[in-house]
Amino acid sequence: MIKVKLAEDKINKIKEICASFGNKGGEAINVLHKVQGEFGYLPAEVQEVIANELNVSVATIYGIVTFYSFFTMIPKGDHPISICMGTACYVRGSEKVLDEFKRQLKISIGETTPDGKFSLNCLRCVGACGLAPVVLIGEKVYGRVTTDKVKEIIGEYNA
Amino acid sequence: MHLLVCGGTGCSASQSAKIVENLQLELKRQGQEDVQVILTGCFGFCEKGPIVKVMPDNTFYTEVKPEDAGEIVAEHVIKGRKVTRLLYTDPENKEHISDSKHMGFYKKQLRIALRNCGFIDPENIDEYVANDGYAAVAKVLTEMSAEQVIEEIKLSGLRGRGGGGFPTGLKWEIASKNHADQKYVVCNADEGDPGAFMDRSILEGDPHSVIEAMTINGFAIGATKGLIYIRAEYPLAIHRLQIAIGQAREYGLLGKNIFGSGFDFDIELRYGAGAFVCGEETALIHSMEGLRGEPTFKPPFPAQSGYLGKPTNVNNVETYANIPIIILKGANWFNKIGTEKSKGTKVFALAGQINNVGLIEVPMGITLREVIYEIGGGIKNGRAFKAVQTGGPSGGCLTEKHLDTPIDYDNLIAAGSMMGSGGMVVMDDTSCMVSIAKFYLEFTVEESCGKCTPCRVGNKRLHEILEKITKGNGTMEDLDALRNLAAVIKDTALCGLGQTSPNPVLSTLDNFGDEYLEHVKDKKCRAGVCKSLMKYVIDPEACVGCTACARNCPVNAIAGEKKMPHVINTELCIKCGACIERCKFNAISIK
Repeated sequence: MIKVKLAEDKINKIKEICASFGNKGGEAINVLHKVQGEFGYLPAEVQEVIANELNVSVATIYGIVTFYSFFTMIPKGDHPISICMGTACYVRGSEKVLDEFKRQLKISIGETTPDGKFSLNCLRCVGACGLAPVVLIGEKVYGRVTTDKVKEIIGEYNA
Repeated sequence: MHLLVCGGTGCSASQSAKIVENLQLELKRQGQEDVQVILTGCFGFCEKGPIVKVMPDNTFYTEVKPEDAGEIVAEHVIKGRKVTRLLYTDPENKEHISDSKHMGFYKKQLRIALRNCGFIDPENIDEYVANDGYAAVAKVLTEMSAEQVIEEIKLSGLRGRGGGGFPTGLKWEIASKNHADQKYVVCNADEGDPGAFMDRSILEGDPHSVIEAMTINGFAIGATKGLIYIRAEYPLAIHRLQIAIGQAREYGLLGKNIFGSGFDFDIELRYGAGAFVCGEETALIHSMEGLRGEPTFKPPFPAQSGYLGKPTNVNNVETYANIPIIILKGANWFNKIGTEKSKGTKVFALAGQINNVGLIEVPMGITLREVIYEIGGGIKNGRAFKAVQTGGPSGGCLTEKHLDTPIDYDNLIAAGSMMGSGGMVVMDDTSCMVSIAKFYLEFTVEESCGKCTPCRVGNKRLHEILEKITKGNGTMEDLDALRNLAAVIKDTALCGLGQTSPNPVLSTLDNFGDEYLEHVKDKKCRAGVCKSLMKYVIDPEACVGCTACARNCPVNAIAGEKKMPHVINTELCIKCGACIERCKFNAISIK
């Protein structure tokens, strides 16, 4: 796990978010959504502050963070890459596309490149099955991706 | 005149927002400001997106690009001439078809739940109202009693569209009979089934129909609070729901004393955070309470003790989308559609190796053949049909022999699959069925919440055995072990996810047993998917001995003299495919 020392203003920001949900334990998921939106990820230190504010155990918060795939404890890259592994994309070859991204970026699923530029993840169905296989980079959707297009796509962000 | 542009996810990814922008610019430039451009919900024909539809003459333009805007305005809007090159071409007779009604893709469809998707602007409540929107809730609140509403829904024969197929009217009745100071209605919009996107399309294309139906549901069971549990991964659907709820409040269709009837109802959103198991009612409720989304044993059912311990009725998005029209047209109109035990229509997300990928809505009782060959336009690239997967990770793979089975809840279960939320993935002979089973198990292993042992450990073991078989190390005992283990998991898992998770394995074992045998006995994968079972060989006749392959082999597995046929040492070969890429003489093949 990455250790970070939280700055005073960051702590205040988290407290502010917790307060906006009435510091209620039942709002933990909403709080985590908001906080992750603010920081990009949820390291242990952040979870500790949240647990304190909502008056629940750190284990409860950690349990929620690790349960839901939307929450992450590792910072994502500047350009988070998500390969759709929904069934429609899978039968149209998304696994090969994923392998090619892994090969080109030299990282595996759930990792971020050392320069912090790209992170790689899988997701299940974006609902654009007509364009399968689909790759998402940030908010942008790339459709009908083939292995030979991967280099070009990465290149767009390396310029 | 109106120009309708598809704003569904698929078309948005192909720049439909830019098309709207360009059309507006062109209309202004060419002096046609009275023509409206509307960004609608999904038309369904995703394969040919982005779609632009011109009303009132119903012209259906396919694969439109932003730069086509000028021509559409100059030709169609001003001169009234259709832009032929953008019309759909019938694959059979190569004729252009301008009205979607006559396209193979739409001919057999019956759009009830999707009635407004692609026809109205989802961000404008007035358009929904103009299409009989909120008339059903008005009828319910001013003319009907709660019992009458429940009776009507029961009579319609509507069953839950989220997968299980529980009769909706009965569910409402149970919830109405449990008394409490506060009850809740919940819309399950946690669509997590990979390959299904109907709920999202309804929420993006017709959010008001869900709001209206939830209000009716609230009145029927005596609940004043509604919650929509939606995936955080669906930002557009969330955005449109927020707009719709705001507009409904402004019009007095949500809030206190709706239609002067004294009935109060309001809706809040709750966000999921990516957990497939949260589609299960009890898990969903725990997630809404801010906890880990783990299911609990039923009973007590949510209708007895649900959200915050109060009676709660949970229905799926598509189920709700059917409610207003049932109230307006009557149960007897609805129950004439479909089969004896499955009434109405079902929305399917048709995907995979099929010509017309898209979102379709068909009457229950239609056959798989009609769906795949008439609506879907057959298999891509003229290849052979192999299987169709329905029901997602809880369903199974059906084959050729099931093609003429009428689709309904009970027939699909009898065939070893299930309706599920409506994913329908078509596979051709390039799909390895053992790998498909492994793919689904991978999903289940990842998504299992870990609470009960059969699901947490059992599925992991199932996956390991499948992995072993695809690696070429499987034995005949493994095949028996798969069946035994699957039976145990089905019998003992706590919730719907675990109880159905072995289905992909069992249905492929039943329908494609010979393929498993090939993997185990002959160490062969006929689809050429399982890497470990493939062998790279050089044809000595075709090889000219150029040495290109040997020089590029990363593990030096290729040997041979210059100008003499080369040989691959299969012991060393890592099957990377580098040699095939380099060979200019097509001498290397995979066996």
